[in-house]
Amino acid sequence: MELTISFFSGFQPSDLLYLTQAAWRTLLISILSISIGTVLGGLFGWMMYEGKWAAALTLGPLLDVFRSVPLIIQLVLFYNFAPIIGLNLDPFLSGVVILSIYCASLVANVARGGMEAVGQPMRRAARSLGMAYWQDLRYVVLPIGGRAVFPSWVGVALGVMKDSALVSVLGYIELLKASQILITRTQEPLLILTIAGAFYFALSYPISRYAATLEKRWSS
Amino acid sequence: MFDYNFHWRPVFKSLPDLLAAGLTTLEIAALSMVLGIIFGLGLALIRMHMRGPLKWLASAWVELARNTPALFQLFFFGFGLGAVGIHMSPYVIVLVALSFNCAGYLAENFRGGFQAIPDTQIRAARSLGMTAWQSYTRIIIPQVFRIVYHPLTNQMVWAVLMSSLGMLVGFRELSGETQALASRTYRIFEYFAVTAVIYYVIVKIILLGSRMLATRLFRY
Repeated sequence: MELTISFFSGFQPSDLLYLTQAAWRTLLISILSISIGTVLGGLFGWMMYEGKWAAALTLGPLLDVFRSVPLIIQLVLFYNFAPIIGLNLDPFLSGVVILSIYCASLVANVARGGMEAVGQPMRRAARSLGMAYWQDLRYVVLPIGGRAVFPSWVGVALGVMKDSALVSVLGYIELLKASQILITRTQEPLLILTIAGAFYFALSYPISRYAATLEKRWSS
Repeated sequence: MFDYNFHWRPVFKSLPDLLAAGLTTLEIAALSMVLGIIFGLGLALIRMHMRGPLKWLASAWVELARNTPALFQLFFFGFGLGAVGIHMSPYVIVLVALSFNCAGYLAENFRGGFQAIPDTQIRAARSLGMTAWQSYTRIIIPQVFRIVYHPLTNQMVWAVLMSSLGMLVGFRELSGETQALASRTYRIFEYFAVTAVIYYVIVKIILLGSRMLATRLFRY
């Protein structure tokens, strides 16, 4: 009697559901990190713009570190550093923390660029119309500067979405990690990677096209 | 709370290994930049001047490179192509994936650069008796180079940072070497902290070198 044991099972329709759930988790961690990162980055950008040399000496170099060290190293470092100071973070939270700071360091530059794009005369005009400083920021700088840098913000956001794939290193089961797990089981890397790639592409491509058309329309 | 003892000695003992691995990182980043520039230039020219399947192919390359995570591309070239019988060493996998990615991003930069030069310049050059080749190499390319110089520098930095993903396909560049050494001694945090510093220094050296080169190149 011949006994055949199969260690691997082929790709099944239920695996597609598994990948969809993983894509949802990618989306979740991306949206969370981008939201926190954008708020923080806007704040940092404003500090860099207003603080001039004080911020240039402190905040600038600090944010620069996050742009000059590979994200994967940041993730591994933080994940191993958190227990040292007594924090017990799961991979998801560690990923959110690092992705948010990383996103903030990129958005800070974008936000500062947006504030610089609003001409000084415009802001003086706003103030001389009797607007308070915050009103000037809210009703003049935000609409005009925000519009100027919106396409580059989209670029940063999409970049963070794609970089969220690195959180798989910590063991968070997002899209890429899930496809790796499936590959181990089914031994069909080409098919599964193509599906995973299609998911990423479907998330990223429409948004980047939309930003490109907006940029074109606004610049003309 | 703070009962972790830092052990830096094993890290400093293996510092020569880390620095040698840092050179590997620089090497693969520089190589993939060279390939990326060659292919990126080709892609940009094809997308601007050609029609039909070749243009379609070039567009697919650029959009895929820009809209999927670099890590996904690395896995695709590593594991995906391995399934159809194309086996490459980790070095080649990282090189191919990085070049693919760089070419996609650079193609868009080059396209922007070419589009910034008015058509009339080519016609003026041609009517002065220059051949098409001459007008391209003497009139257009120098101006485009000036426009894309800064994005090129940025891309080089990205290439260095992205090469850290080589660690996940078993390539012993700076990150891979660090991981191998760290798993031997279990001093993960210490090793990766030193590696982060090395990356930071590498990036700063590239930026400084690029700035010095720029003052020499663009004196006029």
